Amino acid sequence: MIFSNMIDWLTNGANWQGPEGIPTRVGEHVYYAVLAVLVASAVAVPLGLFVGHTGRGAVFVVAISNALRALPTLGLVTLFVLLLGLGDWPVLIGLIILAVPPILSGTYAGVQDVDRGVIDAARGMGMTGWQRLWKVEVPNALPLLIGGVRSAVLQVVATVAVAAFVGLGGLGRILLSGQKTYKFEVMLGAAVLIALLAVVLDQIIAAIQRLVVPKGLTVAAKAAAPTRGGK
Amino acid sequence: MFGDIGTYLSSPGNRDLVLQQLLEHIYLSLLPLVLGLLVAIPLGWTATRFRWLRGLLLGGANILYTIPSLALFVILPAIIGTGITSPVNVIVALTLYTATLLVRPVVDALEAVPQHVVAAAVAMGYRPLARFFAVELPLAVPVLAAGARVASVSNISLVSVGALVGIGGLGLLFTKGFEIDYLPPIIIGILLTLILALIVDLLIVLLRNMLTRWQRVGAHVGGGS
Amino acid sequence: MIEFRDVTKKYPDGTVAVDELNLTVEAGTITVFVGPSGCGKTTSLRMVNRMIDPSAGEVLIDGEDVRKSDPALLRRGIGYVIQQAGLFPHRTVLDNVATVPLLSGWTKAKARTRAAELLETVGLPAEMGKRFPAQLSGGQQQRVGVARALAADPPILLMDEPFSAVDPVVREGLQDELLRLQGELDKTIVFVTHDIDEAVRLGEKVAVFRQGGVLAQYDAPAEILARPADDFVSDFVGRDRGYRGLSFVDNEGLPIGQVDTVLVGGAHSPSQQWTLVLVDGDKPRGWLAPGSTVDGEWTTADALAGGSLYTRGTPLRGALDAALSSPAGLGVVVDDAGAYAGVVTAEEVLKVIESRRETAE
Repeated sequence: MIFSNMIDWLTNGANWQGPEGIPTRVGEHVYYAVLAVLVASAVAVPLGLFVGHTGRGAVFVVAISNALRALPTLGLVTLFVLLLGLGDWPVLIGLIILAVPPILSGTYAGVQDVDRGVIDAARGMGMTGWQRLWKVEVPNALPLLIGGVRSAVLQVVATVAVAAFVGLGGLGRILLSGQKTYKFEVMLGAAVLIALLAVVLDQIIAAIQRLVVPKGLTVAAKAAAPTRGGK
Repeated sequence: MFGDIGTYLSSPGNRDLVLQQLLEHIYLSLLPLVLGLLVAIPLGWTATRFRWLRGLLLGGANILYTIPSLALFVILPAIIGTGITSPVNVIVALTLYTATLLVRPVVDALEAVPQHVVAAAVAMGYRPLARFFAVELPLAVPVLAAGARVASVSNISLVSVGALVGIGGLGLLFTKGFEIDYLPPIIIGILLTLILALIVDLLIVLLRNMLTRWQRVGAHVGGGS
Repeated sequence: MIEFRDVTKKYPDGTVAVDELNLTVEAGTITVFVGPSGCGKTTSLRMVNRMIDPSAGEVLIDGEDVRKSDPALLRRGIGYVIQQAGLFPHRTVLDNVATVPLLSGWTKAKARTRAAELLETVGLPAEMGKRFPAQLSGGQQQRVGVARALAADPPILLMDEPFSAVDPVVREGLQDELLRLQGELDKTIVFVTHDIDEAVRLGEKVAVFRQGGVLAQYDAPAEILARPADDFVSDFVGRDRGYRGLSFVDNEGLPIGQVDTVLVGGAHSPSQQWTLVLVDGDKPRGWLAPGSTVDGEWTTADALAGGSLYTRGTPLRGALDAALSSPAGLGVVVDDAGAYAGVVTAEEVLKVIESRRETAE
């Protein structure tokens, strides 16, 4: 009954048009999520490589990552909006903060996990620090690094939905509007779309992971389940 | 700002609200942790016994874990027939997350029990169920504890999302604070969430240390197997 | 008594692990199953406590088909020791040893008292009971494994390559210990190994298995060495079986000669012969080469290190070792108290072996 109502709503052409239609909301959802993860990566990947390569600040990275994982997403976005005012950027700052820890710890762990014997061999062959980083450590770290990005995407897709509460666009807006008008089929339809979006994005990154990870490491990539934080 | 928090907390009504939501939050996050463990252990055990089930179970767990909590809080009542604001939704959803998070480590831990130890247990006359509780499960404790730490932090952070669909917990402080444009309840909510996560984490570590004294003894004599 | 009657183990893929095995293990003896890997020796062992069930035939313990027993109850009455010891890493040594008594319903206090006694029986100090397996050496872990298998005082002990993972020196100690224990306990022991030396050292009877799970020969070890049933057994026990045979020959008929001796601290006039240095009146310490001279008194530092010592009355293998390891080419013979008794040469030892073999054949 409720599911057939939901399908009616999902298949109603009117819901697929206009600035509040499903395609627009999906586009917004993806846009905010990708933007946040890109900015977070720009910060977290170099930092993770630096810490992993030099070993400096490792304790700090681990502690910060763990502490940030416990942050409630709803609390964080409401806090930033109240502090910085309504708008996209305050919410995006919250999203970026949530996306940094998984990428940072994934990158760090990836570099850290590279077999010490491999590093020694690279040094023995006369590679400079930079060469070791690019030719040995980064390729070997890719599975865990992308695993970290994958967790970050999941985290951010979930949080964009939550952030509809403070006015950010995306599929969460449809869900909350359904709640306001007591249309459960609309809430359910939006929830299903959010779930689908998360699964599809996750699979896309999984495919990228398979493409860019060096062949010799695919076995290792399978074994390294991404460490995931909240949603 | 701290003055504002003091002002907020000086009202007995607010204090009651915070305390009540904190207790609700503890209940909604920790009950699923225990339930999730109770689900994951037999599931993981089954997966080690029947190879064909293993891929199905781990793959299913992976996809379930991908679904954002807000979506799951809305989809679950449509499936299990509860009201949208029922706390059961949060409990079931977080139990599912906990179980999906733990099932792979459980499988790995059970498979990591050395074959010779299992063989010795069988040869001494343990029946399968008794052997599981006497040998395999105690040896899996370190891995289970590591999984439980991740799951507890995740659960404690996720309960807040329930406030969006009208379920209690510290998330209520965020929605209320936002609606009246007032920071103190939000800051109190964030701080209490972090402190709760920290305390539960410490408790799990303590419990693990009690159960794994054997693991932390230094080997006095090297060699041998 | 354990009987294998027409026992065959065939796996679904067609592999035959054990082929029509017929064999009786006498009560109160050590019987060793030996053979190359894949010969079915371990499979046969594991059919006794039903870790594996045969596809055909039956295994009887004291006339009773093991398949009539509940596997768990059957196993509690049979001790089992394996290569890696298989100790429970999460339990203390004492609780490891107490496992089977507890399973059989003993009280905790009684089981622990028994476990403490057993640690002593296998030569481990009682304090070790509080440790965890990771804190023990490989040899100590094996002793605990033996103690654990003995805990419920089972009449039968199954041992699957129990000493293969420890280093040779420790292994010999463990073998001696097992022989001593068996002298006290009088169990029916089935022992699996791939090492023929270990087999002849421990076994009262030895069963040699060949690939495909066929029993090639079942006999007393001296018989197997002296009269291998076929080329396979002959190859397996090795061409140097004459040397292994020394393990069974005492020194009856071995001529023991004498050499010049000198006491440490005493004066010594240069001799054209090898001279044996003694300490404490009669304990051999080393050799002086012919014609060697030294100013003043002799000290132990002037002596060349001697080889191994041969204790009179023990197997001839020791005599040959002593002769071959001595710088003088003369093996030093001592009595039970370790006092100098004489010397032997390698040729004399070998001559005794030859004459024994001739009389045996």
